[in-house]
Amino acid sequence: MAREKKRRPHGRRSPLAAVALIGAGLLITGGVYAGASAAFAGTAQTSVTAQVSVDEGEKLFQANCATCHGLDLQGTPNGPSLYGVGELATEFQVATGRMPLQMQGPQAPQKAPQFTEPQIKSIAAFVQSVAPGPTYPDASVLDGEGDIAHGAELFRINCAMCHNVAAAGGALTEGKWAPSLSNTSGLHIYAAMVTGPQNMPVFSDTNLSTEDKRDIISALLFQQEAVQVGGFTLGSLGPVSEGLFIWIFGIGALVAVTVWITAKSN
Amino acid sequence: MSTSTVHEETKSKPLGGRFVGAASNYIDERTSISGIVKELGRKIFPDHWSFMLGEIALWSFVVVLLSGTFLTFFFQASMVPTHYNGAFPPMRGVEMTAAFESALRISFDVRGGLLVRQIHHWAALVFIAGIGVHMLRVFFTGAFRKPRELNWVIGYVLFILALAEGFTGYSLPDDLLSGNGLRIIDGMVKGLPVIGTWTSFLIFGGEFPGSDIVGRLYTLHILILPLLVIAFVALHLMLMIINKHTQFAGPGRTNDNVVGYPMMPVYMSKMGGYLFIVFGVIVLIASFFQILPFWEYGPYDPSPISAGTQPDWYIGFADGALRLAPPNLDVVFLNHTWSFGILIPVLVLGLFIVVVAVYPFIEAWITGDKREHHIAQRPRNAATRTAIGVAGVIFYAVLWAAASSDLIATHFMVTMEGVIHTLQATLILGPILGYFATKRICIALQKKDREIVLHGYESGRIVRLPGGEYIEVHQPVDVYDRWKLIDVDNYEPLVVRPNAKGRIPWTENVRSALSRWFYEDRLSPLTQAEITEADSHQQHVSINTEETVAHEVLDAHQRAGVAEDQIVSSDGEKIGETPNVPSSVIAKDPVKKPKNPADGRE
Amino acid sequence: MAHDDDSKALDRASQPSPGLAVAVSDPVQNPGLPPHRERMTDRDPKAMKAAVRTVYTLFYLSVAGSIWAVAAYMLFPIESGALIDVRHNNMFIGIGIALALLSIGIGAIHWSKAIMSDKEYIEERHPTRGKDETRAAAVQAFAEANEESGFGRRKMIRNSLIAALVASVVPGITLFRGLAPFNTPENPIAGDPVALLSHTMWKKGMRLARDPDGTPIRAADVQIGNAVHVIPQPLAELGHEEGYLEEKAKAIVLLMRLLPEQLIEDENRKTWSYDGIVAYSKVCTHVGCPVALYEQQTHHLLCPCHQSQFDVTEHAKVIFGPAARPLPQLPIAIDDEGYLVAQSDFTEPVGPSFWERH
Repeated sequence: MAREKKRRPHGRRSPLAAVALIGAGLLITGGVYAGASAAFAGTAQTSVTAQVSVDEGEKLFQANCATCHGLDLQGTPNGPSLYGVGELATEFQVATGRMPLQMQGPQAPQKAPQFTEPQIKSIAAFVQSVAPGPTYPDASVLDGEGDIAHGAELFRINCAMCHNVAAAGGALTEGKWAPSLSNTSGLHIYAAMVTGPQNMPVFSDTNLSTEDKRDIISALLFQQEAVQVGGFTLGSLGPVSEGLFIWIFGIGALVAVTVWITAKSN
Repeated sequence: MSTSTVHEETKSKPLGGRFVGAASNYIDERTSISGIVKELGRKIFPDHWSFMLGEIALWSFVVVLLSGTFLTFFFQASMVPTHYNGAFPPMRGVEMTAAFESALRISFDVRGGLLVRQIHHWAALVFIAGIGVHMLRVFFTGAFRKPRELNWVIGYVLFILALAEGFTGYSLPDDLLSGNGLRIIDGMVKGLPVIGTWTSFLIFGGEFPGSDIVGRLYTLHILILPLLVIAFVALHLMLMIINKHTQFAGPGRTNDNVVGYPMMPVYMSKMGGYLFIVFGVIVLIASFFQILPFWEYGPYDPSPISAGTQPDWYIGFADGALRLAPPNLDVVFLNHTWSFGILIPVLVLGLFIVVVAVYPFIEAWITGDKREHHIAQRPRNAATRTAIGVAGVIFYAVLWAAASSDLIATHFMVTMEGVIHTLQATLILGPILGYFATKRICIALQKKDREIVLHGYESGRIVRLPGGEYIEVHQPVDVYDRWKLIDVDNYEPLVVRPNAKGRIPWTENVRSALSRWFYEDRLSPLTQAEITEADSHQQHVSINTEETVAHEVLDAHQRAGVAEDQIVSSDGEKIGETPNVPSSVIAKDPVKKPKNPADGRE
Repeated sequence: MAHDDDSKALDRASQPSPGLAVAVSDPVQNPGLPPHRERMTDRDPKAMKAAVRTVYTLFYLSVAGSIWAVAAYMLFPIESGALIDVRHNNMFIGIGIALALLSIGIGAIHWSKAIMSDKEYIEERHPTRGKDETRAAAVQAFAEANEESGFGRRKMIRNSLIAALVASVVPGITLFRGLAPFNTPENPIAGDPVALLSHTMWKKGMRLARDPDGTPIRAADVQIGNAVHVIPQPLAELGHEEGYLEEKAKAIVLLMRLLPEQLIEDENRKTWSYDGIVAYSKVCTHVGCPVALYEQQTHHLLCPCHQSQFDVTEHAKVIFGPAARPLPQLPIAIDDEGYLVAQSDFTEPVGPSFWERH
């Protein structure tokens, strides 16, 4: 009101008190939430057995998959029939979290898998038992000891147009996409090639032989682990991310420096 | 009769010592260099951060030149097929051109080679971005007006040359990404009527891709284009020195002087320092951030392609223009194919480029302004031009964004078709909306400036008058800052006059109409009388306010039953958040006089 | 080089031109340069000393950076072939150089801001146009040259000179025809771009082969949902100096298998597919990128460069994007061993449109 005070007195509370309080509150609620969801995610939905069993798989299938795929895997209006699908594809779909499907849409998104590994293998074994299809590869196919240069060449010709040369992923039509492969296991790379999930073409052994597939998997595994010699990759998206980076951080920094240069010295 | 007057020469040491003195003498006796030093040594440059944006371009060009020279000692611009056998496993044994192989060797098998290559490529991106921000500054401050129209054109030519340098440069390693870029250019050239097929044939030395293109691009990239760039840069800087730099309005600054610091020592160090900083920032970025990992793309082959195939950012607007064209636009007429799907983007881009290049002449024609202008305008004071500029920037930005349409789709989880349709609409509507919004914002800012000049700035201090009204106290701006807001070019639209035949040609009518549009919605110029009157009014108001405030305080104290000489302000003491003493303390010392209301902020 | 003050010319240059005269009758006056505000380093000798110390410390730091960069060059060799060594070498050299450069820059600027005098100077401008006497002298120079040479008077000399100068450039330009090949006896269309563009190496009976290995493809090898990247079998044996890339740039094909009932075929193209297997040119008809993305459920082909989309069920017609023509279809059949072969070359030029295409 009347008299002018030069500065508001600080009192007993530091001006940073509010900031600290909000920060603490956020940390606590965030931590509780994270802990709770981890606990939830870790909860098995049915009794856990450590072995792979077709019966276990059948129970899991009936509880989680049959509503869309039918009790006899015959398909329903909500999900295709699984005849000819087999264990390789089932393991791929469930272990990458695509199945159970989150919602109908252009493409099944990847999410955290809802089952443990033995459970997934059980479901796959069950599907293989009633709707046999492509099966797991030999361990040698996934060993990463193939011809990396040949594999990279095949990858560029057959895969890079969707997945990008650095396996960073790419766009397809109408809201679909080819995902990034930077964290995909050799088994899943193999499975995707053989089964052609959703709009991905099928790369049968008559097109890319088993040796070819081994080479491609080796090239991808090499790429996943390889040191990026030039530094941070900025997402491996090419000139777009480089251009964004240089405008925001490069020009931003340089313009900030010009403001400093021409500002009057203190 | 010879009377020789001997002058006692004081034996003082020459500036810089005897050696420097002797060397300077030696050179001056052979080159007349003292003339240049006299003219330029203490040349005055005005000081504003936005005047240094052109230096971003200039110094990053130096970086590009130095790093590029290093690379030329290692790069082979040949398309002879060879095999790579170096450190990078996915490329070992692969058949590729010597160009690609030498680029691999530079990156993996030469110490520091990758660093220099990355410096070179990042610096190229900074170079063109620097030209861009510099061009924007020159445009939005009207620094292209007479006598600098030619320098604008020269600068624009530099922009185009820089685009060409960048494009030829990143096509040199002959990798999959740039090879597809060349393929696209080839397709565009082929679509040109009459000359297209043969132009493509000549450029590539036969069918695409041929075995000549890398060598030819190399010649362009290290010989012809750099010579042109250096020549035009020299011309650009010479004109800047002759015309002297523009300056913003300010106290002591007029259209007939330059106020600032001298070249030696201040600007020399600022500019030189900035060279090192630009260089250092680029090296820092190049040390930590990878750019164009062409070994992931592999050597160019017409069959593979990567998702997310885009050119470097500065060619993005052209790629985006191609993406936004509607489908099925080929017309076969008289045994020839007119590829309108390509011609329309090319023409639109060409028109845009030409209009921006000749904009100073268009504006000069519209405004009829033949004066020399050395005061840079604040963008708000040239509302129509700023609005046109913003519309142009939006147009360019939409084209640029369209080049990353597939990445926008994947990252924002939308359909690529939706992205393209949205951008097509925005290409037309965006500039229109941007124009109108910017114009209104500029005019509003002009009015705000006028408010500040006449009524002072809002000080944040709220005062409650006895009647209950709350007012915010306005503090006057000091006379120097105020001058910056007052010194604005005053314009009026062109008045047409009949020519010698007593007629007004239609071109003059159009010109006059455009001039009226250009200068519509302007504020009338300020006069000294208005300022004096506003000042006295402000004085009156603030004295009034202070008196009211003092009166209120007095009343409050009286109601509290305390005499004035018992009151002192408690500013010096720390008072707790919940004081248990009243905030007016019973005084021990005599009361301080209330402050002079005509002072600035305390 | 020094101009005398020519205030009249300056006035002329700075006056409003007719039609725009906005002379404010009572203009506000320029208050002149503001008084110099002292910096800390002006006021306080200790601050000045601190600033000086900062500057030379930065410069010495720069020396350290340069030494570090040289040391890093030696300390982080790359000859082992390990990628991490390449990374370290480049990063540490770069850090050293960056430190060296930035320190000089920051030091120089701090020097100029805090230590050098910040007194503002005023320099007068001169009108850009030359003084009247100078101009008159320039005109005089030309006038005398004109008089002495008779250039303006002797129109024949002038016109023929211009003609000669223009003509002298033409042979030089003509030489650049050599940028592109001519026809040769061995290759009678080597210099004919339209002929070259109009044909690919596909011929009747030529086997379809996998890219890049060149292994021929049986019809039975192609399954529903496959996308096979195809080249003509003889292409795999062509060397790079024999035109491998040039032929490949026209001959690449994408082979897909659909259910025969899913294909909507023109009457005259019914024989071009084999049992639901179709082959289309992989060269985009927009500007030539490979149209390589095949979506096996929607049967759409997508070109990643500018997002043109083609419908494989309906002769690869354009359904989105800037492409102007459907992808040319390669007519295929099987030979007596079951391998897929071309029935002929494409019936139209592949790839982007060009002027002579009709």
